[in-house]
Amino acid sequence: MAETAASGGAWRWLIAGEWRAFPVRFLVAGLAIAIGVALAFAVHVINRSAADAFGEAVRSVSGEADLQIRGASTLGFDEGLYPKLIALDGVADASPVVQFRASLGEKGAPITLLGLDIFRVLAVSPSLLGRRQDASAEGRTSTRPTGVDAALDLDALYLSRTAMSRNGLRFGQRVQVRVGARAHIFTVAGDLPGVGDGQAVGMIDISAAQWRFDRLGKLDRVDLKLAKGSSPGAVRQAVEAVLPASARLTDAEGESRRGDSLSRAYRVNLDMLALVALLTGGFLVYSAQSLSVTRRMQQFALLRTLGMQKSALTAQLLGEGAVLGIIGSIAGLALGYLIAGAALKFVGGDLGGGYFGDASPELQFAPTAAMLFLAFGIATAVAGSYAPARQAAGIAPAEALKTAGDPIDPRVSPRWLPAFVLVVAGGAFAFLPAVNRLPLFGYLAVALVLSGGVAAMPWLARTLLKPLARIDTRLPSVELALQRLLGSPSQAATALGGIVASTGLMIAMAVMVTSFRGSVDDWLESFLSADLYVAAASNEALFDAETQKRLAGAPGVAGIAFSKSVPVTLNPELPSVLLVVRPVGGPGYALPLIEEAQGRRAGIRLWLSEPAARLYGVRAGDGFELPVGAERAKGYVAGIWRDYARQQGAIVIDTRDYVALTGDAVRSEAAIELAPGASVAAVRTAIEDRLPPGLAGRVDFVEPGVLRVRALALFDRSFAITYVLEAIAILIGLAGVAATISAQTIARIREFGMLRHIGMTWWQIVAMLATEGALLGLIGIAAGCAVGLALSQILIHVINPQSFNWTMETRIPWTLMLSVAAALIITSAGTAVLAGRRAVSRDAVRAVSEDW
Amino acid sequence: MRWVVTLVLLALGAAWGAALAERNVDYPTVVRGVEFRFPRDHGAHPAYRTEWWYFTGWLEGADGKPLGFQITFFRSRPSTDPANPSAFAPKQVVFAHAALSDPIKRKLIHDQRTARAGFGIAGAAEADANVVLLDWNLVRTADGVFRARTPARDFSLDLALAPTQPVMANGDRGYSRKGPRPEQASYYYSVPQLAVSGTVIKDGRRIAVTGRAWLDREWSSTLLDPVAVGWDWAGLNLDDGGALMAFQIRGRDGRAVHAGGTLRRADGNKIILAPEDVRFVPRRRWRSPQTGAVYPVEADFIVRLPEGVRRFPLKPLFDAQELDGRASGMPVYWEGAVSTPGGRGYLELTGYADALRL
Repeated sequence: MAETAASGGAWRWLIAGEWRAFPVRFLVAGLAIAIGVALAFAVHVINRSAADAFGEAVRSVSGEADLQIRGASTLGFDEGLYPKLIALDGVADASPVVQFRASLGEKGAPITLLGLDIFRVLAVSPSLLGRRQDASAEGRTSTRPTGVDAALDLDALYLSRTAMSRNGLRFGQRVQVRVGARAHIFTVAGDLPGVGDGQAVGMIDISAAQWRFDRLGKLDRVDLKLAKGSSPGAVRQAVEAVLPASARLTDAEGESRRGDSLSRAYRVNLDMLALVALLTGGFLVYSAQSLSVTRRMQQFALLRTLGMQKSALTAQLLGEGAVLGIIGSIAGLALGYLIAGAALKFVGGDLGGGYFGDASPELQFAPTAAMLFLAFGIATAVAGSYAPARQAAGIAPAEALKTAGDPIDPRVSPRWLPAFVLVVAGGAFAFLPAVNRLPLFGYLAVALVLSGGVAAMPWLARTLLKPLARIDTRLPSVELALQRLLGSPSQAATALGGIVASTGLMIAMAVMVTSFRGSVDDWLESFLSADLYVAAASNEALFDAETQKRLAGAPGVAGIAFSKSVPVTLNPELPSVLLVVRPVGGPGYALPLIEEAQGRRAGIRLWLSEPAARLYGVRAGDGFELPVGAERAKGYVAGIWRDYARQQGAIVIDTRDYVALTGDAVRSEAAIELAPGASVAAVRTAIEDRLPPGLAGRVDFVEPGVLRVRALALFDRSFAITYVLEAIAILIGLAGVAATISAQTIARIREFGMLRHIGMTWWQIVAMLATEGALLGLIGIAAGCAVGLALSQILIHVINPQSFNWTMETRIPWTLMLSVAAALIITSAGTAVLAGRRAVSRDAVRAVSEDW
Repeated sequence: MRWVVTLVLLALGAAWGAALAERNVDYPTVVRGVEFRFPRDHGAHPAYRTEWWYFTGWLEGADGKPLGFQITFFRSRPSTDPANPSAFAPKQVVFAHAALSDPIKRKLIHDQRTARAGFGIAGAAEADANVVLLDWNLVRTADGVFRARTPARDFSLDLALAPTQPVMANGDRGYSRKGPRPEQASYYYSVPQLAVSGTVIKDGRRIAVTGRAWLDREWSSTLLDPVAVGWDWAGLNLDDGGALMAFQIRGRDGRAVHAGGTLRRADGNKIILAPEDVRFVPRRRWRSPQTGAVYPVEADFIVRLPEGVRRFPLKPLFDAQELDGRASGMPVYWEGAVSTPGGRGYLELTGYADALRL
């Protein structure tokens, strides 16, 4: 025996024996690790794939330009900037670009349509060059020189392979290209060999683009090529000096970064949830290991007396954790990869968040990240085993051989100060501002409050149970249960810690999501006050002035308000805000204002959404400038309204002010108020009849009720991943509670034997176990609810505003909370009973004789 | 006469194809009997389909080592829909080549620019020679001197080209036929014996140069005869002050379908050469390792003069003076500095590379 213990055989014997005896507990711990790793890895892989796809989409329409000038809004900028740029020192060449979202032919799959000057493209961004293809011999490359020969065919359209296959087009085919309400027939003259797979891009001559699609005098982009040896910094400065307010300087990387920054807070939140899952896993490892240590204390004591070194024992327990971590993490990586693949396929690269437009990502494997998450998973499992290992190594062999008592002296009252300090510190951190637009201190506050809650459990349990113990119930089962819980505080604390951690997080998430959904619902109701909404299918600008007049005169229409949204860049580091153009005070639109400026001032009135106001740090009454129109438009913040739809921010401007600035009269949406007695169906038909022939099939009619349902469905979709995580957290929590209680119960076989000896009935013992379980559950859920409500307030008032720049009102999901509480109490009592039945049914004499 | 541009336009024609016929821009026809008026005719003739200012010549620095150079500005009027109101509508396109032949390196370095006219970025004025193309330009100053600046990728030319002789009208007082049909013609004059001074930057070194050059000015609306595949042209400044321009247009079989030329003697006496008066006889061929094209880089122009047949044997400064413009959508041809006993000039050989087959 001494030989076996000293050699590595002891390891295998102990680990295998323990794991064979309690497979569920280790399975749950390993599963928790696996799920944590899987979620973290999946979030990472999905985001990386999506970011790659987004970056690729940006690059594919940018070519190899060194620098880019882009319009601050989709209105573009005056083409007079182009000769100024090309004349700058250090600029070797400049390529003017007009850019649209367009749809092709019958299928109408959207493409990015570029209007280019081929001569400039040749010098600045040759990857955007079209290659002429023979209509007769598709797929065979023409041997004729490319570029110039096809340069000046104003009806030639060049398409990337993806744009072609998505629309089922052939070379030589004539196809209608639509941009907003305008359409023109082009001939598919060739392909764009420099544009990567998966990118739907088309190219026509810049003069044709300006002419056919009503963009005369405007450009959306100028790509710059710098002269050899010129300093980019100096050129940037020179460019900035000639830029009007309506244009800004950037490069392809900056564009990708902007796309990235939009989804960053969302991603970090998901990462945090994954981290929580991983930590829960670590905690479960801890609870499994510490129970197993308690149970095996005598074995360890025996091994120590037989000559096993302290360090060997510690190493063995840490090794057990590591094995658990390796198995769990590898399973987690595989699972994470599968989840990522499924998520990309079914909800898209933004996990339903709607951040990446229609870039269609492909799954990217991330070997470095995989190794990192593997290491993280193993480290968590080893860390979870560390405290139990220390405890096992620190035992006095002689004492431990005799009893498996509680390591904490039950007579000493547990300390409350550490927990109190943790909670107070957490509360203080919640008041600190965001770091780099991320609520880092908010997360820290969550972690501190949570650990404070867990740390408070021994004290709380004793404080709550002490008064109960004084009551004379005359029920031996209940009294024994109370005495047992008071007598072994560390075992009770381990079980309670698990319950508090999982229910706390669960309830915090539930409160947050319920509050969010409720606020969104209220917001939708106040926002959607018209009777019928008409919108262009893909938010194209379809309604020109004449169409607007015709629609306003349709029978049954009492009032109609046209609107459109124009993306405007205010800060090159931030995603574009949406400038919402609409008649303020017109029918069908009410702003859910939360702040209003006092009195009128000089300048254009602008109403900022809450995210916009927070992002740009303004309050009602502050001055605000818009890069729209020839001059920078000066205005002020007339009010701030609640908005959950546009995380990048939105600014409402009155139609009259906007037209005065830009002269742009084309709109993409209409809100209709019905005349008394008019039916939605009749008005819809009347509107359809009055639409120009080309538009008939391209507008959607939506009633507010439908819109609301749709919006909430979208909301649920973007929270789908959160719901899944929440469900997993609940399951892990319940499984952890079940495993802990069953382990503790089984470890007490001798105790049950003794109780039978002194005359307790089988039923009384089971009732005692049920009472113990229920008491644990009750205390756990009470503390969990308290912690959860505290955490939900941090989520609602700190993490959400700092991540997404919106606020919401707290709503408590009573039903969910009550069902979770009931499920928890039933689980803990039920598991205790189930495990106890097995233990108690064993022969009492044999059970007592286990006490060698 | 430079039909490189014509060839480019022919290639463009593939794109315009039928469009040319239906929504045609009205190009004026070249007719006999129009007198040149200067400085107006140094300026652009935007109504015509194509036009060029074509300088070729020999330079030498302080070390006496020769260099060949070519600077060409083309203007072309594409057949684009005149209704297009966009400022980017390609109503006129300007493009230019610059090349430097360095006999020490035995290498031709060249660069080009292309732009549609407009925005002050590119354009050709009508009143006098004044062509702007991005960072390149050509202008005729008040004293009648042409100034050409072409800062390029590997070299830079900044030259003043001063006429020393009057304009030499080719063909019938400037009406120069290119094929059997009367509309296959161009307005064509040359300015031989230009005195050059200026600077060349090459290999990062600025060299002051002087030399002799030749200007060809030509504008036309008509394409080459369909049977033509290419041509051979030479412009020679003779040491005695005389000048010879001679060309032949080759058919598919390699034989001349048309030919012509002008010889102006030192005394200003001018002889117009008819198709039967000019023969081009290759003597030695050189194969381009880059394109595989085989060029008759050593050849004789044999012209019949009143006093009898005179042979002008041409010898290249070096062989590798091929201009490969494929990367930027331009054709491949040979344009090189050549010398003849008692004179120096340039030889242009087109239609020898595969890519030019029409």
